[in-house]
Amino acid sequence: MRALTWHGTHDVRVETMPDPEIMNPRDAILKITSTAICGSDLHLYDGVIPGVLPGDILGHEFMGEVVDVGPGSTLKVGQRVVVPFTISCGSCFFCEKKLYSACDNSNPVAKQDISETLYGHAVSALFGYSHLTGGYPGGQAEYVRVPFSDVGPIVIPDHLEDEKVLFLSDILPTGWMAAENCDIEEGDTVAVWGAGPVGLFAVQSALAMGAHQVIAIDHYPHRLELAQRLGAKTINFRETSVLQALMEMSGGLGPDAVIDAVGMESHGFALDNVMDTIKQKVGIGADVGHALREALMAVRKGGRVSIPGVYGGFLDTFPLGALMEKGLQVRTGQTHVQRYTHELLKRIEEGELDTTFLISHRLPLDEAPTGYANFKNEQDTWTKVVLKPGGV
Amino acid sequence: MTLTHHAPPAGEAPEADRSSHRWAGAGALAAAAVGLIAVTALIERPHRSGASDSAPGRTRRGLARFGKHDVVGRTVTINRPRADVYAVFKDPAQLARFMENIHKVKRTGDTRAVWTIAGPAGVNFDVETEIVTDRENEEIAWRSVEGSEIETRGKILLRDAPAGRGTEVEAVIAYKAPFGEIGRAIAALFQKEPAIQGRRDLKRLKMLMETGEIAISRNHRPTSQGD
Repeated sequence: MRALTWHGTHDVRVETMPDPEIMNPRDAILKITSTAICGSDLHLYDGVIPGVLPGDILGHEFMGEVVDVGPGSTLKVGQRVVVPFTISCGSCFFCEKKLYSACDNSNPVAKQDISETLYGHAVSALFGYSHLTGGYPGGQAEYVRVPFSDVGPIVIPDHLEDEKVLFLSDILPTGWMAAENCDIEEGDTVAVWGAGPVGLFAVQSALAMGAHQVIAIDHYPHRLELAQRLGAKTINFRETSVLQALMEMSGGLGPDAVIDAVGMESHGFALDNVMDTIKQKVGIGADVGHALREALMAVRKGGRVSIPGVYGGFLDTFPLGALMEKGLQVRTGQTHVQRYTHELLKRIEEGELDTTFLISHRLPLDEAPTGYANFKNEQDTWTKVVLKPGGV
Repeated sequence: MTLTHHAPPAGEAPEADRSSHRWAGAGALAAAAVGLIAVTALIERPHRSGASDSAPGRTRRGLARFGKHDVVGRTVTINRPRADVYAVFKDPAQLARFMENIHKVKRTGDTRAVWTIAGPAGVNFDVETEIVTDRENEEIAWRSVEGSEIETRGKILLRDAPAGRGTEVEAVIAYKAPFGEIGRAIAALFQKEPAIQGRRDLKRLKMLMETGEIAISRNHRPTSQGD
């Protein structure tokens, strides 16, 4: 099969790879119909996530048609399914608590050692990401093997086209959980750093959950315009002092809740970012954290901090004092996708949520490297790239 | 018993030998063997009455080793009833699924068996053990037979986890690394060191019992595509 493989920083290629097979009883094999490039794929592209190996197949946002099943799968050949990017067994302590992205049993044993050392506990597996998260081949390919196919995939009714439901795999539930982690109350101001795909879906979700106002912070005019179209107010951090503006726009109180939808490759020339970036380049201190630091400073006393943005290592000069002295609550984590797919599919079916506005480009799989380069370098206009292994 | 190191016998079916063994528990964890008198207390009394805290003895600073002897232990909670976990430890066919480096097990008596354990760099070790305690759904303990040149001793303890969380499985093993420090370094390099093996075997057991399968990230078999 053809598949997009990683070979190093800013080096991804479409190559011929072995077709996937059923390896375990609960597996299924999908023929991919649509797959997207995620912002966190850019962290891999930029080489800032440890444990990615040359030849790894990327991609964790995908859907397709079931073409083969193991004896323990509940899927049927021919069904169309969207697959959560988190691989979860459904029966461990964590899955039973619906903490699917903390699953104990999806990450192969030999791959657990590093994260157990790095984070204190072994993390669960994700598709098409690092070998810290299992090293499972991803879905930017013609075919993919889906473990625990009786737990993760959600069957899609025929009348819903791919682009309406594809983002159930990651960014829609991720934006939704980011807003849910804000415990939004009547009258709340929610500030969102980053108007990329997750940030935009967080804006949409926070408004759906009844926020009084949502303020999106970015520097790309087109992304800010998309946020405005969803009903958000905006701050362009190149032009405006974010902390001051947020105070003024929230009656001098500060946002009740803040969402860091930026993560470890924060942009901007604030001093802390420059220092962090230098450290990231030379390999000491993995995370660039201006957005998170600013969010912690901005949020009101007793406010809620939600971090869907991805971090992988350590962060210096973390404003721990602001966290403690203001009595903040922090909620974060890889998304527990399986917790949200059914509810969100219903909202899509009923027309309450539309995610198609985000898609700016559709490419055949063979042009995926172009998609990566432009998604990284033309962030203003390349808001979301969908790859079609069967051709556009 | 004696320590031997030899190449795996060609063409031998390990499963056939394994299935003749009655308990076979945790032998993989005893990937080396032990001289043990000094560490017996850590095995017999993991929560030592003389200690100033309630932590297992093996977690005390500076006490994980006594001279040339190592004590390793690990607890894992498995979301299944105690009787189910005990049954797996009594079933050689199941043991063979999650213990990675057991080459073969040959029963030499009601409670005795010789374990051929795959060591680093293709070197195998034989250790003869006997079961010293077998309490249904609670404990299986073994030691290498008396007069052994090299000794190992250990146990598997099963406890109900709180609030219906399943079973806490605790494995504690004392052993002496073959060939001392160099042996330990080489074994760690090839990741067949008992602490690593034991931890991984317990995780595989947990996967098997909770999901019916053992996670693997490869998406095809090595032979099928010529790689």
